[in-house]
Amino acid sequence: MAELNLVEAVNQALAHALEHDPAVVLLGEDIGANGGVFRATLGLQQRFGAERVIDTPLAETAIAGTAVGMAAMGLKPVAEIQFSGFLYPALDHLINHASRLRNRSRGRLSCPLVLRTPCGAGIHAPEHHSESPEAMLAHVPGLRVVMPSSPARAYGLLLAAIRDPDPVIFLEPTRLYRLFRQDVADDGEALPLDVCFTLRGGTDLTLVSWGAMIHETEAAADALAAEGVMAEVIDLATLKPLDMATILESVARTGRCVIVHEAARTAGLGAEIAAGLAEEGLYSLLAPVQRVTGYDTVIPLARLEQQYLPSVARIVAAARRTLEEAS
Amino acid sequence: MSTVARFHIEHVRLIDAEGEALAPLPAFARDPAALVPLYRAMYLTRTFDAKAIALQRTGKLGTFASALGQEAVGVGVAAAMRAEDVLLPSYREHAAQLVRGVKIEESLRYWGGDERGCDFSGPRSDFPNCVPIATQVCHAAGAAYAFKLRGEARVAVCFMGDGATSKGDFYEGMNFAAVWKAPMVLVVSNNQWAISLPRSAQSATATLAQKAIAAGIDGIQVDGNDVVAVHHIAREAIERARSGGGPTLIEALTYRLGDHTTADDASRYRDPALVQEQWALEPVARLRKHLLHLGAWSKAQEEALAHECAETVNAAVEAYLATPAPDTAAMFDYLYATLPVALQGQRASALRFAPHNGGDHDQSS
Ligand SMILES: Cc1ncc(C[n+]2csc(CCOP(=O)(O)OP(=O)(O)O)c2C)c(N)n1
Repeated sequence: MAELNLVEAVNQALAHALEHDPAVVLLGEDIGANGGVFRATLGLQQRFGAERVIDTPLAETAIAGTAVGMAAMGLKPVAEIQFSGFLYPALDHLINHASRLRNRSRGRLSCPLVLRTPCGAGIHAPEHHSESPEAMLAHVPGLRVVMPSSPARAYGLLLAAIRDPDPVIFLEPTRLYRLFRQDVADDGEALPLDVCFTLRGGTDLTLVSWGAMIHETEAAADALAAEGVMAEVIDLATLKPLDMATILESVARTGRCVIVHEAARTAGLGAEIAAGLAEEGLYSLLAPVQRVTGYDTVIPLARLEQQYLPSVARIVAAARRTLEEAS
Repeated sequence: MSTVARFHIEHVRLIDAEGEALAPLPAFARDPAALVPLYRAMYLTRTFDAKAIALQRTGKLGTFASALGQEAVGVGVAAAMRAEDVLLPSYREHAAQLVRGVKIEESLRYWGGDERGCDFSGPRSDFPNCVPIATQVCHAAGAAYAFKLRGEARVAVCFMGDGATSKGDFYEGMNFAAVWKAPMVLVVSNNQWAISLPRSAQSATATLAQKAIAAGIDGIQVDGNDVVAVHHIAREAIERARSGGGPTLIEALTYRLGDHTTADDASRYRDPALVQEQWALEPVARLRKHLLHLGAWSKAQEEALAHECAETVNAAVEAYLATPAPDTAAMFDYLYATLPVALQGQRASALRFAPHNGGDHDQSS
């Protein structure tokens, strides 16, 4: 087993998929000779050839659009959009075509594509390189939206995404690409989609997050544990469809919930989870649900981005607010 | 100063508006037995088209996009395709779809608001109608790439209007296919209008075919009301694509004789005298005149064909009108390969509130 960081785990999953399924092709800007700007596809073109690891012209609409055509005709394209800020020209194809081809054709055609893109802030990137578009994508019926929070989950979830018969948007938190290493076996084992992962058990409150923010959320859980407060930590992993059952079950035990995400607050996924708790879990709540999120601002450039991102202190403060409510 | 590149665009017409051959015709076209099926397909398309408009006017069909006047483009191109090729149409290509084997009742179901109309019983790999303008060009490039990668001798043929050539998708898809030398043919049904915008205001280029030059592929302009010319050019382009020669852009000059859709009133922006002039050039009469000149067609055959097409269309209309309402659950059942657990509650709720009476085809409300 090798110690891999998240971007290496992505590379290992892509290599495994290319090796074992001749229908898998990769396409995107600079993914071939250059191995991708983050090196997620390093060495893959040399190994699998330029016909399966395709350096495309610079055109996001056509990257997504040709992936739709490939997928409908039996390939399993894994398209890379270089940065999530440049995903928007591809949305037309994701929303109007990829997500609905199966439905429109009554199952005659399907669209098993994966669209990978780095996302999120925290790496001092230029403008338009730090976006968190997950809620926009999660709103689209027919799409799956997945975001790993560790190398092992990146490997297992990406394999699952590639094997899934429907379109999956795979958002890779750029901040985690090289943040830490973990043993990742190259065993071809996929992790399940559509379910949350409970990262640690707890009895006093439930912390829900995903992607890079899992890191701060776990640090907040550690800080709370030092005060004797046991927080359960849930990693959504698949953001759409959402596994509300796991969250409801947890909150039924803890009575308290704090949702943490770095995307802007309004109409973010935190609102969806809070609404689900209000609809199905209201009577188990001992305190109002709290959201700790990015602000409804443009994600600032590097000098302010740490203030934009939810911090451990903000998460702990929100947790305290739920704990201070009379039970 | 030196010239580093120079280009030209050919215009192809084989039969004039009076049905006269302008030059020795290609081999296939010298045999009336090859031309009569093209005539029949155009005639059936026109019969279907008129019926669909009548159904819409009486509240039995939703908004419909007529192909009146453009029959030769779809018929000429689709007749040059093999069954295993793939058609990626816009929403106005029922001529091509009928030739491909899409049933008239399937088309009616689609325009009548029923997704089952896209579950083509004939060409199972053909794409459904594409409503967003030009996106299908990218899909065609991807489909063509799949054929090339697997070494399949199949061609992706996509249709679009003149307006579509202004979209980035048109250029991006054509460029990808060109770089990949993918087996793809782009067919622009240049009917001179994009809803109310005339061709002259759509693009400053002298031809739309020359847009191919920017992608490094062949572009050719054909008289789109001359089905013989369309078929000839399409055959060459499709077979060139099939044998590894890469994509071609075909601009077929035609004219939209009807409104943009049944929701449109073209008299608001179009001089009726212009339309009247164009009727003299329309494709169905043109091929009829040609067949008559050849002595390969008779009044009796014409009457028999009219009768046969009316019967075919009427039978399809009956089948369409008799189609039971779709299941409420169908909204959910084709969304994902397996319905996610998170949606099962929504599906159950939709079923709980579903009406138990059958649906009807009254679209007037
Ligand atoms: C992306 C997009 N923008 C706008 C529309 C609305 N619309 C429907 S048809 C049409 C005109 C299309 O003209 P053209 O491409 O020439 O095709 P035609 O209808 O003449 O066959 C427009 C603007 C659309 N369907 N898609």
